[in-house]
This record gives sequence, structure tokens and C-alpha cells, in this order.
Amino acid sequence: MKKIFFTLSLFFFSLSIYSQEKVYSTKNGNISINANTPVETIEATNNQTLSKLSNKSGQLVFMLLIKGFKFNNALMQEHFNENYMESSKFPKADFKGNITNISAVNFAKDGTYNIIVEGDLTIHGVSKKIKSNGTLTVNKGVITATSNIKIKVKDFGIAGKYIGDKIAEEVNTTIICKYD
Amino acid sequence: MINKKNIICSILLLSSIFYKLNAQTDSTKTIDLFADLEMESKKTDANNINKITAAFKSTRIVNSHSVELVGKHNLDFRISHRFGFLNSGSYNLFGLDNATMRMGLDYGLSNKFNIGIGRSTVDKELDGFIKYKILQQSTGKVNMPLSMAYVFSIMHYGLKTSPELSFNNRLSYAHQILIARKFNDNISLQLIPTIVHINAVPFVTDDNNLYSLGTAGRVKISKRIAINGEYFFQFNQLSGSTNSLSFGVDIETGGHVFQLHCTNSTGMNERGFVTNTTGKWGNGDIRFGFNIVRTFALKKESSQKKLW
Repeated sequence: MKKIFFTLSLFFFSLSIYSQEKVYSTKNGNISINANTPVETIEATNNQTLSKLSNKSGQLVFMLLIKGFKFNNALMQEHFNENYMESSKFPKADFKGNITNISAVNFAKDGTYNIIVEGDLTIHGVSKKIKSNGTLTVNKGVITATSNIKIKVKDFGIAGKYIGDKIAEEVNTTIICKYD
Repeated sequence: MINKKNIICSILLLSSIFYKLNAQTDSTKTIDLFADLEMESKKTDANNINKITAAFKSTRIVNSHSVELVGKHNLDFRISHRFGFLNSGSYNLFGLDNATMRMGLDYGLSNKFNIGIGRSTVDKELDGFIKYKILQQSTGKVNMPLSMAYVFSIMHYGLKTSPELSFNNRLSYAHQILIARKFNDNISLQLIPTIVHINAVPFVTDDNNLYSLGTAGRVKISKRIAINGEYFFQFNQLSGSTNSLSFGVDIETGGHVFQLHCTNSTGMNERGFVTNTTGKWGNGDIRFGFNIVRTFALKKESSQKKLW
């Protein structure tokens, strides 16, 4: 009788631990963009992206400073900020969304889980609903989120005469965030 | 005894169920990351140092240095051309028959420190400079109203003379402090206190140390086009020299900045245009000229290759 009591109490106790919400966060998320065309190599990386992820609600947020994108060519970086992103007027970009299949991810078990993310992406002061596939990797309690999305420059009101010519119309964006 | 243990166990069970229920009521009001992001966003705004960059499109305004520097590991190849005086008539095709030029390389050792060399056809002069950014205009956490840079240049006069000048007598030096402010996206102004020291001056009555104050500005008329002006007032000057006055247009085309201008100066280094300008705008001693700059990124930033 006492054995049953004991196991039951242990069972409930352990359940209560697992059902607790945890927020995973990082300030050094890596987001790289690529707008290469045959005539020009246009690549930049921002590795100071803020991201948070809740294992319970599936909420997933990102925020970065546009001026944090580093190009190899300083002049290109200046043109990116001055002419295209107008980053003194719109200094940040962010994403607020949800992992719609968060229940499929077992945060306690190592593995790679496919996730579907839906939410609002705000760049250059323009918000747009996006949906994307990605992965969550659990490795000894360390969570890494990755995804690859294509962003149409014109959807966000970013204009310039080289877009579609020297600069690709769609920017390939790679997200790799390792949470603390 | 058994009874006692049973009681302990049931208390344990009850308490764990209670704890579980408690946890569930807690979890119904989950942390809202969207609201949290708004807070983080405000925090970022408060902590962010927003650098006010690109006060000028190029590292030169017309002849003079602007407060802008070449980026780290970037190399600027700059060709500056000045044609002959416009008032030289149709025989010289209004100056287009005569051209003088300076070819130069500017390199960014860091984002704050540049070195450069150049060679001018005027007086076969070779020049070298170092440029250091002292202050960066910014808003946000650090509120800095001005950008400031220091430029030191050495020029070597290369023409054959008789009697032959010694190496020392061929040298001149210039110290300049560049003080600039970008007032808004379109308007920037710069002050350039300048000392030019010439080791050998043409006349004994001329001073070796020549003081001047440069003023420069730009007005951006579109994202890619800006109009520039630059004027050097000399407090003391070599006999026969005038103040340099130039106007230009900057046109940005991808990796190039193309600068077109009109100036009364011939030289394109500090000794040349600050102290050795002879043309007078009033007489039509105006030269048409242009600078072409191509920037090369020489080295990939290592921090960008590794992902974390």
C-alpha cells in the first residue's frame, strides 16, 4: 500500500516538474542574408539577434538592429543602411510568431524536430504575415533553432534601382539561433 | 508504525497533487513573449548607440578630406582628374586638352585608422597620409553631436630644379582637424582648421607655416546624388596664391562614387590646393574635373565566417 502511495506521489511530483514553462533565450542569434546575383556578391551577417522561445505556448520572437548586419565591403554596408533599409528611420526588424506544432517537440529528448512557424515579420516599418518551416534541435538540453526563409524585398517597401538587377529580388535569409 | 508511514505517504501524495494543481493554474497564464519583446525593444532603444554615418558620400569632398574613412580592410583606388582652365579658349578646347591627375590608394587598417599614398602629375608630387577618426557622431546612449578626424600628410616635390633641391627642402607637411556634423539626412557641414608647413618657400618674405580654415558642406538632392562645396580661407598665404573654392556633384553608382566638379585649384594634395591655388573664379580660371573611386574589399572578416 505504501509502495503504491509512494510511486503515485513520485509520479505526480515529476509531472508537476515537466509541465512547467521554460523560456529559452539568446542575444547572439545568427541571421545571415544573401542577395547574390551573377554580377555582385551581396552577403551580410548579424550575430547579435535577440530571440526567445517558450516551450509551452510555442511563442517565438526575434529582434535585431539593421545596423548590426556586417558586410565585407564597408561601402556596400553603408549603401544598405542609407539607401535601402533607411536604418536611421527604421533601426530594427522583428518577428513575433508561434510554433504551431510545439506539442510535437519533446524538449526533454535529444533529437531534431521539424517545426512550422507562423507570425508577423516587421522590416523597414512594414509588417507582413509569414509562414515557414524550420527545425528545433535538442542536444543535452541545448536548443538550436534553424530556418531558411526567402524575403521579397518589394513586400517590405524597400526600393532602389538595382533591385532585380545587381541585387536579387528575393533575399535568402538563414536563421541559426542557439539558446542559452 | 505502519500506520504512521501510511500517513506520511498520504500527506506526500496530497501535497504533490496540490503542487501539481498549483503548477497548472500557474501555467494557464503563460509568459507572453510578444509583450516581453516590446520591453526588450525599449531597452535596446535606450542602450543603443546609433552612429550617424555617411555625413559625406566619399572620403574626399572635392579636394579636401571629408570626415569619412575607408572601412576596415577596404582599399579605395582613386583617380582624380583636373582639366585646364575653362578660359583658355577654343584652341585648348576650353581646358580639355590639358589634364592633370592624381592617382591614389587609401587603405583602412581599421574603421578608425586609414593610410594612403598618391602621386600627382602637378609638380610630380608624391604624397602620403594617415587619417584617424577621433569622434563619431551618434545619438542614443552616447549623444555625440560631432564627428572628428585628424589627417597628417607629407608631400614630396618631385620636379627637377637647378640648383638641385635637397630632399628636406622638397618636403611639405599638412595637419588638419576635420570637424563635421550631419544635421539631417540631407545636410552636412564640415570645418577644417589646417596648417601647411612648407620647408622651402619661393620667397624669403613667405611664411613656412601657413594657416587656413576650410569650410565644406553637402546637400543631398536624392538618394544617389549630392551637391558639395568647399572653401579654404587662408590667414597667411604664399605671394600670388588665392583661396581655393570648389563645387561638385557626387553620383553614386553601386560600388563607385563618381565626383564631378569645378574648381580654381590645380593641385590635389594639401600643399597643392590649400596653399598653391592661383586661379581666380572671377577671371574664369575654373577647371572642370572629376574623381572616380572604386572600393575593393580585400579581406573577409573572420568573425563572419564562423557562425558562433
